[in-house]
Amino acid sequence: MDLTPSDEQRLLRESADRFITETYTAKLREQNAKEPHGFSAAIWRQFAELGWLALPIDEAHGGIGGGAIEIGILMEAFGRGLVSEPYLATVVLGAGLVAQHGRAEQKAAILPKVADGSLHLAFAHSERAARFDLARVDTVARQVADGWVLDGGKVTVLDGRAAQQIIVSARVADGGTLRLFLLPPDTAGVTLTDYPRLGGGHACNLDLENVHLPADALLGDDSDALPAIEAVIDRALAALGAEAVGMMQTLLDTTLAYTKMRKQFGKPLAANQVVRHRLTDMSVHCDEARSMALRAALKADAEPRERGRAASGAKAKIGKGARFVAEQAVQLHGAMGVTEELDVGGYFKRLLAFETLFGGSNHHLRRHAALSGRPSN
Amino acid sequence: MDLSFADADLAFQQDVRGFIAANVPADIRRAQSLNPSVFSEPDIITGWQKALHEKGWAAPGWPQQYGGPGWSPAQRWIFETECAHAGVPSISPMGVKMVGPVIIGFGSPEQKNYYLPRILSGEDYWCQGYSEPGSGSDLSSLKTRAVRDGDHYVVNGTKIWTTHAHHANRMFALVRTSDEPRQQDGISFILIDMKSPGITIRPILTIGGDHEVNQVFFDDVRVPVTDLVGEEGKGWTYGKYLLEFERGAGIASARLRAALNTVSTLAGSEITGRAVEDPDIALRLSEIEIDIDALEMTELRVLSAMQNGENPGAVSSLLKLRVSEIHQAVTRLGVDVIGHDGLVVEPMRPLHTLNHKPAVADQILPVMPKHLNGRAYTIFGGTSEIQRDIISKLVLGL
Ligand SMILES: Cc1cc2nc3c(=O)[nH]c(=O)nc-3n(C[C@H](O)[C@H](O)[C@H](O)COP(=O)(O)OP(=O)(O)OC[C@H]3O[C@@H](n4cnc5c(N)ncnc54)[C@H](O)[C@@H]3O)c2cc1C
Repeated sequence: MDLTPSDEQRLLRESADRFITETYTAKLREQNAKEPHGFSAAIWRQFAELGWLALPIDEAHGGIGGGAIEIGILMEAFGRGLVSEPYLATVVLGAGLVAQHGRAEQKAAILPKVADGSLHLAFAHSERAARFDLARVDTVARQVADGWVLDGGKVTVLDGRAAQQIIVSARVADGGTLRLFLLPPDTAGVTLTDYPRLGGGHACNLDLENVHLPADALLGDDSDALPAIEAVIDRALAALGAEAVGMMQTLLDTTLAYTKMRKQFGKPLAANQVVRHRLTDMSVHCDEARSMALRAALKADAEPRERGRAASGAKAKIGKGARFVAEQAVQLHGAMGVTEELDVGGYFKRLLAFETLFGGSNHHLRRHAALSGRPSN
Repeated sequence: MDLSFADADLAFQQDVRGFIAANVPADIRRAQSLNPSVFSEPDIITGWQKALHEKGWAAPGWPQQYGGPGWSPAQRWIFETECAHAGVPSISPMGVKMVGPVIIGFGSPEQKNYYLPRILSGEDYWCQGYSEPGSGSDLSSLKTRAVRDGDHYVVNGTKIWTTHAHHANRMFALVRTSDEPRQQDGISFILIDMKSPGITIRPILTIGGDHEVNQVFFDDVRVPVTDLVGEEGKGWTYGKYLLEFERGAGIASARLRAALNTVSTLAGSEITGRAVEDPDIALRLSEIEIDIDALEMTELRVLSAMQNGENPGAVSSLLKLRVSEIHQAVTRLGVDVIGHDGLVVEPMRPLHTLNHKPAVADQILPVMPKHLNGRAYTIFGGTSEIQRDIISKLVLGL
């Protein structure tokens, strides 16, 4: 047992922190929000040059072979900077699915391009009727002579419009298993509705009507894709947890500074005991969140049950803490907190998006209970 | 004790329903349902305000001699409840519920004759100039100055978070007219014409993306001395009197119940994947409904006591506290009910006149902005921390 970061991990943290502090300013965020995809292509190229896009990709495919810990280090910094570049969509989810489930030639064709920054991916899985049940997919794939035909609809595809390939989940017609397909979004029959996403970046909804795909669009073989989806989403939960930690810590730091500086009734806000205790509770939540994000990362490659319990445990715990920290940060800033005058609102929104993504705290408590063999519904 | 209404009250309820049906067209209800801000935009409320004015119902709480309808507490209750459940636009409280009672209580006969009818008709649209950048919770530390110059005050300084200053033609403001040992002294309550030279308004966007509040700058703004309310230097007393009206609006449970019903309907709908089937959502719907039941009973107890001539006292702080917390619980539940669609941001405003098709249904569109803007409920009109302080002093004697 040793939780000291390696030299490489320390360097990664330093360079990520430096990048956020020096480059990822509020002004850049403002510019990014106006970009058509909600992020900057130039920054994405910088990510590639820094080796961040190659980080979790194996060396055989032009990557660095890092793991969930390294991703967590980056994501925490991204949280501090409210980074809107689609690292989660392209690298964690997209490349993650290809690495986990793709055929050898698909990995060879796709992963090096993710690593060098020339390819964006996205994952279209969520459906409105399914809410957060990963196993429920109503989008249907029918096998035809020359390939597949997809029908259905997807919601909140993270950064889908920026992607050249969207990985779409569908159920093989007549109660078959889940499959994944590589879908270029300009395929006939695809209607893409893009919108800005809460807290930064974009997302889109997809309508799929009689969408013909060639046989080799199938990602992987004809085995059930659900285990791969669960594994990749568990890793995404660990990554998002780390990102949330970065945001929570920033809100704590900002609120601490603000309540020490702002005076009402002739004394700093933080001189009031109720405010001090509130700040203390915020810091306890931050600390627990940090522990849970680390735990989920350390167990990202464990066997599915253990991995799932750690990921859902992290999502449940950090979700609750994120909500407390975000709401109290706003509250303690007074009217300043509920306006766009400060960044507090931006963090609040991004943490709200974090809470929603892949299901809220109660959803993950239920999954945790189920994975632990407890009766749950 | 009895919760049912007398026959006369039930007849009144039918009158109110008929009146609402005749005067609030469907497009206005739709606009109101899509309004994500704390207050409704003036264009949503003008028609309703006019109808209320013609009917003599514009100011339910005012004495009859000034144009109030002379309703019993039960009638007021019925009116508010019917309006809430019909989704009628909320009239801005700044005229009728805030400055109106102050003018009635402390204004000169000329001020009453001039301003009160203009509040009733909606001709004047008021904003509230209390808070300043350095003076929020500690309001009486305010610094905006009014210096006497002949028949005028000359006002310099700045107000902030001023709701609808960009719509208003009038502001009631607390300003410092002299420096006294106690900071609550030397404050005066004045009425300012927003068209006066020297006033500039800077818009401030709220967290939900709405333009609702502003910063207002005063640069040698001349205000006639006749627009001082009551005595110079007594403004703090009048201002606090008004805050009690602002806090203890009295009948808020009906609007909360209507808002919860909206969330409940959404939770049962296919467009949320029938969120109510999630046991967590179902329990929270019940939990909040019970909170509203408790609030409603407290409101009824207060109304009943007032009917017997008792003073509601510190309960206004208690109501303000619970109303704002329950409001936030409702909007938060709404966010959890819409699930994935909470991530969708619609940046254009107003939501009822979008010229493109948004990515989500009408019912879902205002849910997230309402939640975001709803965080303000525990801040404006005195924060929850300050309300708890007041309750601990006035109720618990601490
Ligand atoms: C949407 C919105 C609309 C508004 N509209 C108007 C308007 O029309 N006109 C107007 O005049 N004002 C308006 N306000 C301003 C509002 O009244 C103030 O925001 C409020 O009084 C709090 O002041 P502040 O924002 O400066 O917070 P601060 O007073 O700086 O307080 C910051 C935090 O510290 C806490 N705090 C402060 N003092 C203490 C203490 N002694 N003990 C414990 N905790 C404490 C507060 O509770 C809060 O959490 C509006 C505000 C909002 C958000």
